Amino acid sequence: MQSKETILKVNHLKINFNTYAGTVKAIRDVSFDLKKGETLAIVGESGSGKTVTTRSIMGLLANNAVVEGGTIQFHDKDVLKMSQKQLEGLRGAKIAQIFQDPMTSLDPTMRIGRQIAEPLMIHKGVKKDKAMAQALEMMKLVGITDAENRINDYPHQFSGGMRQRIVIAIALINYPEILIADEPTTALDVTIQAQILNLMRELQDKISTSIIFITHDLGVVAGMADRVAVMYAGKIVEYGTVDEIFYNPKHPYTWGLLSSMPTLDTDSGELASIPGTPPDLLDPPKGDAFAARNPYALKIDTEQEPPFFKVSDTHYAATWLLHPDAPKVTPPDQIIQRQAKFAAMQKEAKQQHKIEEEEEQQ
Amino acid sequence: MAKYLVKRIFYLLLTLFIVITVTFFLMKLLPGTPLQNQQKLSPSQQHLILKQYGLTKPVWQQYLIYVGGVFQGNFGTSFQFSDQPVSYLISSRIGPSLLLGIQAMIIGVIPGILVGALGAIKKNTWVDTTTTIVSILGISIPSFVLAVLLQYFVGLKLQWFPIADWGGFSYTVLPTIALAASPFADTARFTRTEMVDVLNSDYIELARAKGLSKWGVIYHHALRNSLIPVVTIMGPLAVNIMTGSMVIENIFSIPGIGEQFVKSILTNDYPTIMAVTIVYSVMLMVVLLITDIVYGIIDPRIRISGKSN
Amino acid sequence: MADEVKLPADSFEPLDKSKHLDSEKIAAPNLTFMQDAWRRLKKNKSAIIAMIILIIFFVLAFGSAFFSPHNPNAVNPQLANLPPKWPGVNINGLNGTLVQAGSRVNAYQAAGAGAGVHYWLGTDYLGRDMLSRILFGTRISLTVAIVATAVDLLIGVTFGLFSGWKGGWVDNFMQRVIEIIMSIPTLVVVVLLILILKPGMSSITLAIAFSSWTTMARLIRAQTLELKEQEYVLAAKTLGESSIKIAFKHLLPNLSSIIIIQTMFTIPSAIFFEAFLSFVGIGISAPQASLGTLLNDGQKNFQFLPYQMWYPAIVLSVIMIAFNIFADGLRDAFDPQTKG
Repeated sequence: MQSKETILKVNHLKINFNTYAGTVKAIRDVSFDLKKGETLAIVGESGSGKTVTTRSIMGLLANNAVVEGGTIQFHDKDVLKMSQKQLEGLRGAKIAQIFQDPMTSLDPTMRIGRQIAEPLMIHKGVKKDKAMAQALEMMKLVGITDAENRINDYPHQFSGGMRQRIVIAIALINYPEILIADEPTTALDVTIQAQILNLMRELQDKISTSIIFITHDLGVVAGMADRVAVMYAGKIVEYGTVDEIFYNPKHPYTWGLLSSMPTLDTDSGELASIPGTPPDLLDPPKGDAFAARNPYALKIDTEQEPPFFKVSDTHYAATWLLHPDAPKVTPPDQIIQRQAKFAAMQKEAKQQHKIEEEEEQQ
Repeated sequence: MAKYLVKRIFYLLLTLFIVITVTFFLMKLLPGTPLQNQQKLSPSQQHLILKQYGLTKPVWQQYLIYVGGVFQGNFGTSFQFSDQPVSYLISSRIGPSLLLGIQAMIIGVIPGILVGALGAIKKNTWVDTTTTIVSILGISIPSFVLAVLLQYFVGLKLQWFPIADWGGFSYTVLPTIALAASPFADTARFTRTEMVDVLNSDYIELARAKGLSKWGVIYHHALRNSLIPVVTIMGPLAVNIMTGSMVIENIFSIPGIGEQFVKSILTNDYPTIMAVTIVYSVMLMVVLLITDIVYGIIDPRIRISGKSN
Repeated sequence: MADEVKLPADSFEPLDKSKHLDSEKIAAPNLTFMQDAWRRLKKNKSAIIAMIILIIFFVLAFGSAFFSPHNPNAVNPQLANLPPKWPGVNINGLNGTLVQAGSRVNAYQAAGAGAGVHYWLGTDYLGRDMLSRILFGTRISLTVAIVATAVDLLIGVTFGLFSGWKGGWVDNFMQRVIEIIMSIPTLVVVVLLILILKPGMSSITLAIAFSSWTTMARLIRAQTLELKEQEYVLAAKTLGESSIKIAFKHLLPNLSSIIIIQTMFTIPSAIFFEAFLSFVGIGISAPQASLGTLLNDGQKNFQFLPYQMWYPAIVLSVIMIAFNIFADGLRDAFDPQTKG
């Protein structure tokens, strides 16, 4: 992967929500960046803050949200400081989003052709007939069969998978730089899921969009992502390339996530799970929020939040276990297997690199 | 669509038939004859009068004659006005009632929609609170109280509009306002609830994610989806107005069928009572049929059914 | 990235879980559905105020025997049409004076009433105490409304539950019946029934109940249709529970919120009907007082003695407003739908 330009930089984002019960600290210091053309997966449980993060990128936070701190730099402009009008100019044009439930994402009383053409008409001032023609092209691109006849149909006349394609068409029609996909396949059958993911990969190549892919399904991540960020209780706890996260995870939470995912290598017996539930963000615990459920917790986990420790240039994890003074712990079996595979992969890559170098010298 | 229409009309006629039958036999249960309004008469004279009204025939025969008559527009003769066919009583009075009703419907529903939508858009602000209060007042203050208040303050004290009787347009103003208050409030409340639901839905969020401005979203997406359900309350609203008209016509001395209905009740004029009941029922059934059809047309989920995938 | 700060020596010892953290801790207290609904209702200030107002009215009305200063039916022709007089208060409208023929007159003196005589809300055209009549009238109006609503509830819930549960042609048939009844405007039905049953408290009550049960039946049926598809109902059936038992144990509790809410909306409707019927003359008959008859009496003198209509009108309106606000609040409390 050559080094590409960074188009989005989220820095130390902190967001609170004012609710009846009190102030919920939903995002407690999140930083990441997104490069052109890459797919970043954000993984985590419900309530970890994945959706809030992406909503804030588009300026679509709820009314009771308060940004406590941080910046979101999109091409050197801070999104958080933009006016509504500026944000409206971004949305649907430079940054687009697709939602989880295709059954409710489309206006039930508007023809889908019009819905797909809408972003064109809003942002580029394209006249209706031209916009509809482009919408038709888009429909074909996303694989909607018999597009000419179906362009004037209503959403309820399509199946879930088809509706999600329509949603994707709407999002991509202005060739946005960033596509935020918020669990786009969760509500779909597994077979349709595969189709949609394929479609997204194809389109990404054609349009060279960067994708932020939110999901709780690691299987999907493996197929789509270049880099992965793992979120827990409003913070990112580990991030790295997809290989590093899958084969050399360092954070106990990531271990838990990977262990609970059955693979072809899983032996029979009990399926591992992470006991307990995420903490109440009305009153986040002192120290590491994962400590209560962390079988490898250390005393310091209840005192101080761990900072990010470097594992490689592209791989960082926020766990005290990586502190030089920390004891060596044995990760779960599955993880050990993965790490073995990782070591093998590294060796192979080194040999390959050596061969290439030798070839070059010749 | 055509099949649906035929089915609905069939049900309408069937219901009408049942209503006529039930009303007829109910009236037969009641004491009271045309004789009560006359002075002492000899038995033979009484018999003559009863015969004139067809009341000497066996009940089932009376029933058939009645039903036949109804479908020809003949509702018999009034007990109260012994020389007036009931159909004349009704036809001469239906004009004012319809006029009032339609006016009230229009000035109730259209402002109601606007106010309700506004309340939802500006939810939880002072705009919303004000409109909600106005709605609740409209629903809770009985129309006859409102009518009297209007008569007193606007009619008498301010002398802006006449307080009773029927003449030109100005005579319709106060009664229409009194009659429209409840439909206005119902519509406003309903529209607000629908709009709030719509504004909370996923597709509205997606519309915003497309870059539409707030009012753009409302105009292109929210309005249409909120207004379609409003059609469904037109039936109950019509009932509301019919009910209200009996009260309002009474207070404002308007020569409509509502006023006639009340008078007939107080004088035990059964043929008129039955006729008015039937007329009201027909009107209501027609309104319900029309709203069903309109709803079926404007909601694409009903107009075009199912998946053609 | 890595820290340079000095950390206490034992920082990296494993954590003794048993002493420190409870990963399964449930942060919020555990509430039943009713408790949860009550908590939400409490937050709705206007609903609570409405509830308090209603309670006050109920107490006053049903304790009217204790609260009325005079006999509501006692006729006193020489003390007729006296304006309200509050002892010690000298605001026009409350001090026993009237504007007659352009000048303010002390009506009590003119009528020859004794020094200690005062009527809080004045007297009507027959010299009867307005306050007492309003108290008793409110009681009658509320009684009619509540009993009518109770009957409405009974018929409506049973009908709707049966219709929804049975389904099939039974349901179809019952729905047609409802449609037919709903084709006749409610007031017409009420009026017809009263004609047949002869005016009086019980006939009015029955008439009102009969005309409005259809709304409740429809709501209950719709909800029953939804509920009976739920898995716990299927489970109960599989376990062999009789339909009646299922109805009482499983369906009714889940229908209770709809029933309660709809009841709260039906009562003002019943109050309105009673008031209207009495106002027009086919409801409660004189000399008995109900809010409707009081309004009727008051209307006759509205031009010169407006208070005679104002006070019953205010009482009627306030009660209806309070019921509507309370019912709204209840509906929000039972069925929270707001997102943030």
